[in-house]
Amino acid sequence: MADANSKHVDAHGHPTGWRRYVYSTNHKDIGTMYLFFAIFAGVIGGVLSGFMRWELAEPGIQIFKGLAAMVYGLEGDAALDGGKQMFNVFTTAHGLIMVFFMVMPALIGGFGNWFVPIMIGAPDMAFPRMNNISFWLLPAAFTLLLMSLFFEGPPGLYGAGVGWTVYAPLSTTANPGPAVDFAILSLHLAGASSILGAINFITTIFNMRAPGMTMHKLPLFVWSILVTVFLLLLSLPVLAGAITMLLTDRNFGTTFFSPEGGGDPVLYQHLFWFFGHPEVYVLILPAFGIVSHIVSTFSKKPIFGYLGMVYAMVAIGFVGFIVWAHHMYTTGLSLNVQRYFVAATMVIAVPTGVKIFSWLATMWGGSITFRAPMMWALGFIFLFTIGGVTGVVLANAGADRVLHDTYYVVAHFHYTMSMGATFGVFAGWYYWYPKIFGIMYNEALAKLHFWTMFIGANVIFFPQHFLGLAGMPRRYVDYPDAYALWNMVSSVGYLITLLSMFIFLWCVIEAFMKKRVAGDNPWGEGATTLEWTLSSPPPFHQFETLPRIK
Amino acid sequence: MSTISPTFSNSPASNDSGRSNLRTALICAGVFFGMVGVSFAAVPLYRLFCQITGYAGTTQVSEGNVNGIIDREMSVRFDATVSSALDWTVVPAKTVTDRVGEVRVVTYRATNNSDVPITGTASFNVAPSIAGAYFNKIECFCFTEQTLAPGESVEMPITFFLDPELDKVRELDTVTDITLSYTFYASDSRSS
Repeated sequence: MADANSKHVDAHGHPTGWRRYVYSTNHKDIGTMYLFFAIFAGVIGGVLSGFMRWELAEPGIQIFKGLAAMVYGLEGDAALDGGKQMFNVFTTAHGLIMVFFMVMPALIGGFGNWFVPIMIGAPDMAFPRMNNISFWLLPAAFTLLLMSLFFEGPPGLYGAGVGWTVYAPLSTTANPGPAVDFAILSLHLAGASSILGAINFITTIFNMRAPGMTMHKLPLFVWSILVTVFLLLLSLPVLAGAITMLLTDRNFGTTFFSPEGGGDPVLYQHLFWFFGHPEVYVLILPAFGIVSHIVSTFSKKPIFGYLGMVYAMVAIGFVGFIVWAHHMYTTGLSLNVQRYFVAATMVIAVPTGVKIFSWLATMWGGSITFRAPMMWALGFIFLFTIGGVTGVVLANAGADRVLHDTYYVVAHFHYTMSMGATFGVFAGWYYWYPKIFGIMYNEALAKLHFWTMFIGANVIFFPQHFLGLAGMPRRYVDYPDAYALWNMVSSVGYLITLLSMFIFLWCVIEAFMKKRVAGDNPWGEGATTLEWTLSSPPPFHQFETLPRIK
Repeated sequence: MSTISPTFSNSPASNDSGRSNLRTALICAGVFFGMVGVSFAAVPLYRLFCQITGYAGTTQVSEGNVNGIIDREMSVRFDATVSSALDWTVVPAKTVTDRVGEVRVVTYRATNNSDVPITGTASFNVAPSIAGAYFNKIECFCFTEQTLAPGESVEMPITFFLDPELDKVRELDTVTDITLSYTFYASDSRSS
């Protein structure tokens, strides 16, 4: 056994310098790269939304005209048109970046890579080289998306201002320039990255569990990643198919989505949302897993209703595939079809409720310590529940007639994503920070980061409920004066959130400067999963002798 | 793949873990390609589904009315939209009001405004879309492409009837007007 191990280590040793990362086949190094990539992409996506909030602070078009003049060299009325287009381009890029290059890399690529193998007692992922490709496809995809900003979209204007949904015919006949092609190819690469990652996770979780680690003993984070990657494996190919059809409609004369050739643009919406709805659960399920661990750790109790938690996630994943047309109530669905999608959508509230109440029951009677990860997890539960409640409102086809494409929808999905998924990312970040880097963050800074972001994000998005109920449509650069007050409040909220991002970055830098040694398990008896049995940071190769789970 | 197998030397599954991993990965890859296939299969299936169910206002093609005429009056309005790439003017037919089940003939008039022959084609749907399944066309210009000589003007007839079965649909109880809408395209617009 010892011989086999030493031979193994010699076989590919410890690569150093840039090779350690560029050539990396180590799940922990790749996970770290994913995390820093997510921070980088998140900063860019956040800056884009900053320009949007700056523009929307007051009625009229103030910022984007000058921005278009600066970036694209347009003048006069052309700059005004360019500015309007640029606002749509920023909206599109913000959405795509946050979904594909921030939340997914952080939760699945980052924390998933780091902790799925460790939690199941495996030495690494099943296909370490494929893992490397999965990561390095992402910077390429991101580069393509950023390039699309500088190519022609509609005649005489720049960028792909088609929304993250890339609906035809806006993305086909209305945008003949190459910008949309760049965006589509970027999605292809990001999709390939996720598919390879999904195959890797499924193989790892099914085949590489340590002896005794049965499926019903898997930590909830591993279960959440397993359900997530199954959703990816089943839904991403449909997106790939849909955007490939877009690509051939745009460039090779096919008419999948153009009525003059017998196609139907509504078919694109069906295909997109067959992917798009499971995708939103892809973004939130890993956060569910992380929050379960944190709530259990800091309540010093095992999670309440483990099996219920597991099958709630499986149920959410399954039902997530049969509710897609609730994004399409206004496309002329028959009444019976709408009735079905309303009912099916509301059903999702049941397994989600099981999870929320199980977290509360885990805390009930527990010995709770309010460390930073717990604060983020509690913030997640509170804010995600608000997003879920507005989701139940929007599930009604009748109410959706009024609220469709208004800021109410923007507020709803930012409560689930910007505050749900992102709070999950930060909860995981602070929970595993000592494990990943071996050093402890500054508790006061982390809590300051939490409170500023909690207040900031709520000040941004809560007023958007009012704007939506008052009828303000989304995806416009300008609005009537009547909406001025709550837009200003929302933009002030952005400034608070911006401050919190600086606190976050300072918190990271401060920890690396001070280098407080974290110890193997800084959280105490509540932290029971396998990662806390290893050193901090864990050895380059862990579990040379497989752990046995009783 | 094989690089990790030595660390599994004390695992019960050590002998064929590499092969087992490969098998799982291949199954996953099969699922991936299967779902890509399903997404493309959705294109013909969706069209078929619309034709059979009248979903999204797809109208029906019929030989003649076999269900008789009932004592309920409905109006049918006609509408025409012309693609900007097609230099035609199309005047829709006048609204007709009649008992449900009567076979009627109406005409659209299309004029080629350019000085070159242009071939056009039309797509159509019915609002409210649930009425599409009961809107039967016996003969219609939309079934063929039309070529108009420069300046030529033609009458395009539609022979249609409303299926009396629509009286049994509760959602249509309060509906008194059905609109048939045509959108005209240049036939070769995609290749130009």
